[in-house]
Amino acid sequence: MTDESENPEMETHVQPSSLAGIASAAEAKKAPGSSALGVGLEARNIHAWFGDKLALRDVSLDFWAGTVTALIGPSGCGKSTFIRTLNRMHEFIPTAAMAGEVLLNGTDIYAPGVDVTQIRLKVGMVFQKPNPFPSMTIAENVLAGLKLANLKVENKDDLLQECLERAGLWNEVKDRLNAHGGSLSGGQQQRLCIARSLAVRPQVLLMDEPCSALDPGSTLKVEETISHLSSSMTIIIVTHNMQQAARVSDYTAFFLSDGGPGELVEVGHTNEIFSRPKDTRTENYVTGRFG
Amino acid sequence: MSTISIPKPQKPWKATPRQRVETGGILLVSLLLAILLVAVSPLKGKLGYVGAFVVIYLIIDYAVVRFNHGKSAGVDAFFRGLVTMAIGVAVLPIISIITAVVVRGYKGLHLSLFTTDMQNAAFTDENLSAGGLKHAIIGSILIVATALVISLPIGILTAIYMTEIRGRFTRPIKFLVQSMSGVPSIVAGLFILAAVVYPLTKFYSSFEGSLALAILMIPTIARTAEEVLLLIPQDLRESGVALGGTQWRTVQQIVLPAARSGLVTALILGVARVAGETAPVVLLTGGGDGTQWNIFKGPMGTLPTYIWKAFGSGTEASISRAWTGILVLLVIVLVLFGLARFLGGRKVK
Repeated sequence: MTDESENPEMETHVQPSSLAGIASAAEAKKAPGSSALGVGLEARNIHAWFGDKLALRDVSLDFWAGTVTALIGPSGCGKSTFIRTLNRMHEFIPTAAMAGEVLLNGTDIYAPGVDVTQIRLKVGMVFQKPNPFPSMTIAENVLAGLKLANLKVENKDDLLQECLERAGLWNEVKDRLNAHGGSLSGGQQQRLCIARSLAVRPQVLLMDEPCSALDPGSTLKVEETISHLSSSMTIIIVTHNMQQAARVSDYTAFFLSDGGPGELVEVGHTNEIFSRPKDTRTENYVTGRFG
Repeated sequence: MSTISIPKPQKPWKATPRQRVETGGILLVSLLLAILLVAVSPLKGKLGYVGAFVVIYLIIDYAVVRFNHGKSAGVDAFFRGLVTMAIGVAVLPIISIITAVVVRGYKGLHLSLFTTDMQNAAFTDENLSAGGLKHAIIGSILIVATALVISLPIGILTAIYMTEIRGRFTRPIKFLVQSMSGVPSIVAGLFILAAVVYPLTKFYSSFEGSLALAILMIPTIARTAEEVLLLIPQDLRESGVALGGTQWRTVQQIVLPAARSGLVTALILGVARVAGETAPVVLLTGGGDGTQWNIFKGPMGTLPTYIWKAFGSGTEASISRAWTGILVLLVIVLVLFGLARFLGGRKVK
């Protein structure tokens, strides 16, 4: 599952921007590794608030292009909050606030003057519950992003087929592209949602517990889809299912909240996190002793 | 080879013959007791029979079920009976209104109703085929359609402000819209009279009537549309935005289409609010008797003003015309609502 062999000298650079007061925490925030394609997305000292409540404290993480990073941790530890800061969906909650930087291709997506719709085109998202657009057919669902973002494409049929193939759904729906999205099963709907987010060609795909509403068979198909996609893009997946994290991800980041704000405890190669975690809290969690 | 025998499909939860006899018996006994009660007590007429029957049925049903199945089953049966009776009480007036309208209105029905107006006819004319409703039907449709063209966009945009933009003024606007939905129609009419007719136009036209009706329709449409938009899952909005859509494009391409059939309901309720309005129309359009196509000039009659005038004339013939007018209004409104439902409910190809 990991690409350790490809990255012999994947290493541990400590974030230079870490604040002195949390130096010990910064030790844990080593960059997980490198890949041939370089860094896909960098989160720097992310804090997030809901109203006065600090929900997430000082998370720095690098996500390497062409890899899958799993975010694990108990409910309420800020995984979903974190992932939503990466494509600026966090600001959809009226009381939300944040601090820190998210660098996409070296540019802070929160910098003034950045076009937020362009950010969301490059950083796509798949949600927990499958949610095909109810008024649209399967084909229209896949191509909805083009209309929403007002993009022009030469050959829509090719793009439609390509996206559905990449999402592993083409063979199941090719004869009923004009049926309603709602007529598919839950697992198919989720893969339709994945195909939909692929159509605008994002660099990064955020997946917020994409399989939590699916049966094991559909989960397997979505996981296969993730494996296919990971060669061409950066994937960040939040999951409560540790077997899933072990199966699909190259890197795993463990988040935890001790009743206060959520924090990043440890990040590393997935097989290391699951076999030789450095932090005892990680060990307790991945071995099922709590959480 | 052994064949698997499939049992015959059954419905074991259906009432057994014994239970049916029991139910029928309770109904019959209640009916007889009700007749007896009306005979010996001062209760009188249809209402007396219905009232006595309802009360006696509920008591006997409760007693029998309680005796057979215990207390909680008895209470359950009692409320089931009560709810069933309540439906009857709610539907009865509607049915009797429709019956009355049909019975009294059909006499005046004839084809020339739709081809002539009252320009050269009198409401009191004994010959019911003289004169017609052409002007009133055209007027009603024009006035309500104009009001709809004004109020539908404003109402839906208001709802979008309250549910999508959720700006600083959401709460005050919500409060205002709620209190506006109770405004008496004559107040809307007087407002337009004071704000538009006297200072600006200085003459009657159906457009001014439409403005007054729009004031009445906007709160109804805005409130209903708001309720409908609130039912659209937040997930869909977030998905739209996460695909790189701006807020407006997401609302336009995803939220509004998803809410389509609900928005048609908003439209229907808005039209229902004003289709029978008389006071502001009489006040602002003059309620003419001739066919008028120009919404910006001169008096225009509508079905409600026709009915109002016909009843006002007070002779047997004119009152008969009024009932016919009500019948036509009822049918037109029903046909339009059916059409709106059909168009709004159609699946997108």
